[in-house]
Amino acid sequence: MSLAVEKAAPLRVVGTRARRVEDPALLAGRGRFVDDVRVEGVLHAAFLRSPHAHARIVSIDTSAARALPGIRAVFTARDILPALSRLRMPLGFPTKALPGNITPFVLCPEEVCYVGEALAMVVADSRHVAEDAVALIAVDYEDLPVLADCREALNPAAPKVRLEASDNVLTRFTIAYGDTAGVFARAAHVFSESLSTHRGGAHPIEGRGAVAQFDQTGALTIWSSTQMSHDLKFMLADMLDLAEDRIRVVAPDVGGGFGAKFVIYPEEIAVAAAARLTGRPVKWIEDRGEHFIASIQEREQYWDVEIAADAGGKILGLRGRMIHDQGAYTPQGINCPYNASTAVTGPYKVPAYSLDVFVAQTNKVPTIPVRGAGYPEAAFVIERMVDRIALELGIDRAEVRLRNLVPAAEMPYEKPLKIRAGVPVILDSGDYPACQKKVLDAIDYAGFRARQAAARREGRHIGLGFAHGVKGTGRGPFESGTVRVSPSGRISVYTGALAMGQGLHTALAQICAEQLGVGEGDIDVISGDTSYVSLGLGGFASRQTVTAGSSVHLAAIAVRDKAIKLGAQMLEAAEVDLELRDGSVFVKGTDRAVALSEVARVLRGVPGYALPPGMEAGLEASFHWRTEVLAYAHSFHACEVEVDVETGNVRILRYVALQDSGRLINPMIVEGQIHGGITHGIGNALFEFMGYDSEGQPYTATFADYLLPAAVEVPKFEILFHESPSPLNPLGVKGVGEGGTVPVAPTIMSAIDDALTPWGVRVTAAPISPVRLLELIEAGAHKA
Amino acid sequence: MDIRDIKVRVNGVEHACRVETRVNLADFLRHELGLTGTHVGCEHGVCGACTVLVDGHSVRACLMLAAQADGKKVVTVEGLTPEGGLSPLQQSFWDKHGLQCGYCTPGVLVSLTELLETNASPTEAEVREVLSGHLCRCTGYQNIVAAAMDAAGQLRADKAGKAK
Repeated sequence: MSLAVEKAAPLRVVGTRARRVEDPALLAGRGRFVDDVRVEGVLHAAFLRSPHAHARIVSIDTSAARALPGIRAVFTARDILPALSRLRMPLGFPTKALPGNITPFVLCPEEVCYVGEALAMVVADSRHVAEDAVALIAVDYEDLPVLADCREALNPAAPKVRLEASDNVLTRFTIAYGDTAGVFARAAHVFSESLSTHRGGAHPIEGRGAVAQFDQTGALTIWSSTQMSHDLKFMLADMLDLAEDRIRVVAPDVGGGFGAKFVIYPEEIAVAAAARLTGRPVKWIEDRGEHFIASIQEREQYWDVEIAADAGGKILGLRGRMIHDQGAYTPQGINCPYNASTAVTGPYKVPAYSLDVFVAQTNKVPTIPVRGAGYPEAAFVIERMVDRIALELGIDRAEVRLRNLVPAAEMPYEKPLKIRAGVPVILDSGDYPACQKKVLDAIDYAGFRARQAAARREGRHIGLGFAHGVKGTGRGPFESGTVRVSPSGRISVYTGALAMGQGLHTALAQICAEQLGVGEGDIDVISGDTSYVSLGLGGFASRQTVTAGSSVHLAAIAVRDKAIKLGAQMLEAAEVDLELRDGSVFVKGTDRAVALSEVARVLRGVPGYALPPGMEAGLEASFHWRTEVLAYAHSFHACEVEVDVETGNVRILRYVALQDSGRLINPMIVEGQIHGGITHGIGNALFEFMGYDSEGQPYTATFADYLLPAAVEVPKFEILFHESPSPLNPLGVKGVGEGGTVPVAPTIMSAIDDALTPWGVRVTAAPISPVRLLELIEAGAHKA
Repeated sequence: MDIRDIKVRVNGVEHACRVETRVNLADFLRHELGLTGTHVGCEHGVCGACTVLVDGHSVRACLMLAAQADGKKVVTVEGLTPEGGLSPLQQSFWDKHGLQCGYCTPGVLVSLTELLETNASPTEAEVREVLSGHLCRCTGYQNIVAAAMDAAGQLRADKAGKAK
């Protein structure tokens, strides 16, 4: 399983702060996002979405809509079915462990189950006319009772989320090891707490969208703003009953994903079906209003937990119950509650653990991972509980952590838990205590009590908080990577990984360039286009540098070795005397060389003539580097906040974040990922609250009501690195896309508590609003 | 359908067009003129991705109708971009990693261009104040601020060089 990290010559390209190859076009306004794709004769789609959280569709009258000039088609479920193999979407991650009939419909036929569920589609000459027509569709609904709070789902008397469901609880499972009962019976201390994290959206600034076009032979090209182009291809083949080689999926420039595009949606199938039925290309671009009510959300979980500790603050066990809000349908699976329940012990040694998990359906937007995928919830729970131990036992928060962290000497550290691939959770490398110290030194934790006392004398309430986060990254089972040198000398990398803004192309170009003796700018990277590679999984779970990076690395080495082998023949030199640099194979220490383009030209072949002896055609190689295990990245964050006790406003004064993602391919890009990740976490901690009333009506469906952090609300972050190479892949890398988000909410909550110790405030739910914080302060004042 | 004939100068080029009155400026620029560098992120005036300059002032193109641009000069991200290269501000964004997915970037570039034209030495706080009219989900704003400060320095140095 373990591959030693290459101890090669000093790296030239990997590890540098190379400017991104993606940027010049994007900066000049020459990016091509899905709404920028130009297709002759394209029609525009708009969807009719349910205004009810739960209702039976009694009748739909589309006659007025159809009569509108400029309307080409109106589809209800019945109308669109002829273009489909079935109306119901397949489960994203197929499993027998879940009941049937849980996925959404391409268009809802009978019973709408959340506000935003699409039940009809209009295709017109313009988007404006399409939306006009949507407003003319008359639907007679019969209201059904609504279940909006997932905690209600456990009550057998509660109304059914979907009439077809045998139980509002989709599934329940227990994650457990150790003698939990015994540990809790004997523990010196047991503390219990109810903790919760709320729903939020992913909110890439570019929403979803798709353009579908059939050519005259019946082959389909679809451009979609997706994180998983190959999955879309396979699902389209299934749903449209088309041969896979008749489908090309292209993800153009993707304006952010964050999980929102990590699932195949009904709209993507509907757009292709509409193109088939109308014989015209069809485009649908999600607007923000739709993103709020029809793109996936995550993070609503309620944890009732107890933690057992000895007199010295050492954790003995953790047990309890968690209810996860799954939403109305299950498009993909139960990875969020599964991740959360198997990640909650985080960086700590927890000898006994038992958690009963209830995946509860509600009449709300379905959930799948948003940046972090269950790990932020897990970190919130364990870090809040560790703070609780510190508070109750009067031991410093940092000290309690040191007493419980897995020490560096015990790495790799296997936990008695399994990830969904069925293999154990093994913390593969890292030095958690050292990282904690590095950050606490940087933020001057030692001097903080004096600063805090001085501030309090001025009537200012400042607090310092910190938290760990551990994130499983590099999720397999594989990713594709092909490296090809063309006879022109141009080097191309093809991968099934998917770029949605992270700088994937630059990172893969750096990895390839390192082996081929060129610069990252000499390499073209093509991702997210199913016509270039047969297999791919795409962008999610902080996986692409690990998986695609490893495949590209191995492919580049194979290409290098091949170039050297043929170069040896062409230069009449020994292979060991050759090296690649400046786009050529050189005899070391001389100017004798043959260009890679020349090598590629020879390997392209000449009709009827022999290839050089012992050589296969083409200067290219492909790998599908596989993995079942996860590379665990570590984050430790600390921040200083000031709480205005009159307004409840929380201002972040300083934020220091350390990331250990193993070896860094491009530190500049990694810093950028962490900045964005922390900012997402700040949103989850202080601002982002997707509100639904008791009737399942969303009441935060604009950016004026649902607040994303803006530039004035986030501080200047101070980023530190620790590099513990992962022994699990040839590059020694770990993922970084989500790590920045994971520990943010508990870090900020810990700081808020610390600022408000005079009132005994303890924040147990994220996000914390100023209004709620004032309530807690007031309650504390009454107690005092 | 209510129609108007408008004349609008976009990135220095005069356009005489017939527009539906309900078409907003962003859709007009993107779909009628093919200037797809201007992006639409929320269509309710919060995210700032669609920001363009109208007669020198930053405007959210999703909140302005195309018909309202009659007789006006509009500059989009394409108009900020020199032939075959990048402007100093764009160059600083590249150097400082001021963008990730690049979707919000055109609007941000437009607003910061306006800032730097009126304030050659902005503070970081002033830059953040301007950026507060833009939502970016990728960068956490830090490197956008760094890029703006870097560009301001470059522009001041260029000006000083020319003055000599």
